[in-house]
Amino acid sequence: MTETLALDLARAQFAFTISFHIIFPAITIGLASYLAVLEGLWLYTKNTLYRDLYHFWVKIFAVNFGMGVVSGLVMAYQFGTNWSFFSEFAGSITGPLLAYEVLTAFFLEAGFLGVMLFGWNRVGPGLHFFSTVVVAIGTLISTFWILASNSWMQTPQGHEIINGQVVPVDWLAVIFNPSFPYRLIHMSVAAFLATALFVGASAAWHLLRGRDNPAVRKMFSMAMWMMVLVAPVQAVIGDFHGLNTLEHQPAKVAAMEGHWGGEEAADGEGLPLILFGWPDMEEERTRFAVSVPHLGSLILTHSWDGTIPGLKEFAPEDRPNVPIVFWSFRIMVGLGMLMILLGGLSLMQRWRGRLYNSRWFLRFALLMGPAGLIAILAGWYTTEVGRQPWVVYGLMRTEDAVSTHSATTLGVSLALFVVVYLFVFGAGVAYTLRLVRKGPQLEEGTRETSGGPGRPRHAMRPLSAVEEDLDDDQDTDGGR
Amino acid sequence: MGIDLPLIWALIIGFGVMMYVLMDGFDLGIGILYPFIPDRHHRDVAMNTVAPVWDGNETWLVLGGAGLLAAFPLVYSVVLTALYLPLIFMLLGLIFRGIAFEFRFKARDHERHIWDKAFIGGSFTATFFQGVVLGAYVSGLPVENGAYPGGPLDWIAPFPLFTGVALVFAYALLGSTWLIMKTEGELQFRMFHLTRPLMWILLAAIAVISLWTPLRDPVIAERWFSFPNIVWFSPVPLLVVGAALLMQRALARGRPVAPFLLALLLMFLGYAGLAISGWPNILPPDISIWEAAAPPQSLGFALVGALLIIPFILMYTAFAYYVFRGKVRPGDGYH
Ligand code: HDD
Ligand code: HEM
Ligand code: HEM
Repeated sequence: MTETLALDLARAQFAFTISFHIIFPAITIGLASYLAVLEGLWLYTKNTLYRDLYHFWVKIFAVNFGMGVVSGLVMAYQFGTNWSFFSEFAGSITGPLLAYEVLTAFFLEAGFLGVMLFGWNRVGPGLHFFSTVVVAIGTLISTFWILASNSWMQTPQGHEIINGQVVPVDWLAVIFNPSFPYRLIHMSVAAFLATALFVGASAAWHLLRGRDNPAVRKMFSMAMWMMVLVAPVQAVIGDFHGLNTLEHQPAKVAAMEGHWGGEEAADGEGLPLILFGWPDMEEERTRFAVSVPHLGSLILTHSWDGTIPGLKEFAPEDRPNVPIVFWSFRIMVGLGMLMILLGGLSLMQRWRGRLYNSRWFLRFALLMGPAGLIAILAGWYTTEVGRQPWVVYGLMRTEDAVSTHSATTLGVSLALFVVVYLFVFGAGVAYTLRLVRKGPQLEEGTRETSGGPGRPRHAMRPLSAVEEDLDDDQDTDGGR
Repeated sequence: MGIDLPLIWALIIGFGVMMYVLMDGFDLGIGILYPFIPDRHHRDVAMNTVAPVWDGNETWLVLGGAGLLAAFPLVYSVVLTALYLPLIFMLLGLIFRGIAFEFRFKARDHERHIWDKAFIGGSFTATFFQGVVLGAYVSGLPVENGAYPGGPLDWIAPFPLFTGVALVFAYALLGSTWLIMKTEGELQFRMFHLTRPLMWILLAAIAVISLWTPLRDPVIAERWFSFPNIVWFSPVPLLVVGAALLMQRALARGRPVAPFLLALLLMFLGYAGLAISGWPNILPPDISIWEAAAPPQSLGFALVGALLIIPFILMYTAFAYYVFRGKVRPGDGYH
């Protein structure tokens, strides 16, 4: 009894800390590339709008990055503290991958971040741009390694098991395991989408309040183009990702579809697509199902009446928690559909010349602000809960991975994490929103700080990337 | 095959941890010194001397964790399980001091004190528990059937608590000498005054630890005091005394850079002393580097990356320090 409790607490703690962590890197990945694009456009076109937008977003980036680093530091130790038997068993694979992430990505980001945030007047524009690009590439390298590690846990290959320990035999096979390409692309695109939605919502907020300036319009327009071009691509990638999962983790897909198998599949009618319903794990069926006949077969087998294995074909102790997987999957896909809709509507509004002043449309864009992050979390819950009861699919069960801590120890540390995270990251989000509220300032980049051309180069300060007086905009705000 | 992969990895991880102690040491030290820097503008300056580099400094800690997991998974899992609570406290401390860098400058005036306290509290907590982890690790962690048999609070013992406190003084010394180098005027003057007592306290702590470890463990006593060794290892204590004397002189003459370099040397010598005592065990008291190593396929794969990439890391880290060289002054560049 206490052992199951300890296991559940360890899982809750891992899920809690990683869920917080992933939010910040997702925005970091997206914003870093966005900043590189903005700075490139500024250097290329000399249009100061881009520079103003750069100065606006780089502050938000800095706050977000700080939170990503401290929450990530916790993750690097969670494997050993909470999953020590997993670390002993599979550390020979996840360890080197994590080590490569540190060596090729984290140091790179950290090394050039200082120049990017504080070096505007200390290095020339070319070198500064270079630093921004390096930081952006660093975030993507980081995604590469961590997803290689996670994907190997989903679809392990390229190893042998010797003396109860995983031994890598073919590193290329380990890294480029079957689910990795799909996961890497899907996650990177997800980060771009989440960031674009955040940028778009910030712009919509200002436009709704009548703070209409060319910089705000520019960022709104850029974000909406992302929706038009990238949101549909994400759905296609997601489809491929699902087909790949069907091949390697059929139980997960059955749970995503709420498909138990048995009678309805037997009569050759193909697989319906269950839109909504309540998967009941006791009765082994999905209750209150609202479904579209044959659509499931079409999506999953690309044929009219193909079928897939149902959950009943797996022993009950090998099934994931079906309602969580079923619903988190629907949340992700539903939000993805809304993103495509947002992109489509933006085209229509642009064509009618009402992109920046149609209130209902701006409200919709504002509401969609957090949708990308919610979809990312929902997607990860689908992936990770759907992998259960395995921690390394088919090789190690989660219950065998957990450290030997007592429930008390884990309860205390989980409580500490919850309190600290809510306080610290709550404050961080509040500061981020304050920065957003201030909005992009035109001609910000022309103001001289010390160390500009012809000035002493050594005495730059204050060295926080965010040293705005955030009270500035109080009265403008009250006036609306 | 002539290449001793576990040995090379032990050296790399040892190097990473040393880089961490030296580099994050001075920026944690600044948090520890904050209570002695009451003036708001001085606090701004002190924090700004490390703002562009602290993230890189902390990355060495991540490398230590990842390197251990890659090369010595057994050590990673035993140490992290055995020292679960102190490590969690350390991480929470690092969270508070890390976010303070950004939040402090964004806070409205009446909120700033919250992040000052977060910075101070986080730096103290992180440092103290790092010291505890170090002390508990050095005193040895038993292993039975590949797992740690002890309880969650076993680290509460005189030696780890002592090393915890000692590390607070060590980092404070790194911080104060760093500030002597990077600042001027009143703030620098204050630091000159703080550094002298800090140095003597640290020296005393090093002396206590140097006597305590051999007294507790005959193997370590044998290592240091048996005949040929005592000749080989005698430079370590002699250099410690020499560095301390030189630092006294540099402080008396108001030299800006020498105290910091000598503080680095002192830390390095302390670290080397512990390494000599521990050798060749990676999991004291009796699991050696070779017994705990990951399979050669893992060590080799990760080694290629480490050897190719670490030189570049050192190069661009040096570049970042170069870009932000020189004194940091109050008021400069406020707009
Ligand atoms: C903005 C975020 C976002 C959006 C709009 C979508 N996804 Fe997604 N999805 C993710 C963000 C994400 C993710 C967070 O990146 C996941 C979690 C793990 C992973 O590899 O990607 C994921 C996982 C994931 C999986 C699980 C794969 C596995 O566990 O093996 C499938 C099948 C899909 N997605 C399919 C889709 C489809 C058909 C979408 C159609 C609209 C879709 N996703 C939109
Ligand atoms: C899909 C999952 C993940 C992605 C895409 C990801 C990506 C990133 C990125 C881009 C950063 C640097 C930017 C920032 O700090 O905001 C970061 C930081 C970090 N991540 Fe993650 N991460 C993921 C999950 C994890 C996991 C599971 C671990 C634990 C092993 C981890 C460990 C870290 C660490 C230690 C840092 C801080 C490093 C530093 O910059 O000093 N991450 N992550
Ligand atoms: C970044 C987004 C991620 C999210 C939101 C996420 C979420 C989760 C959740 C909710 C669980 C608990 C599942 C359960 O117990 O039913 C879990 C487990 C786990 N995940 Fe992830 N995960 C993410 C990425 C990763 C990555 C990148 C790795 C590895 C490199 C990873 C490794 C693990 C491990 C080791 C467990 C613990 C065992 C388990 O309970 O399954 N996760 N994750």
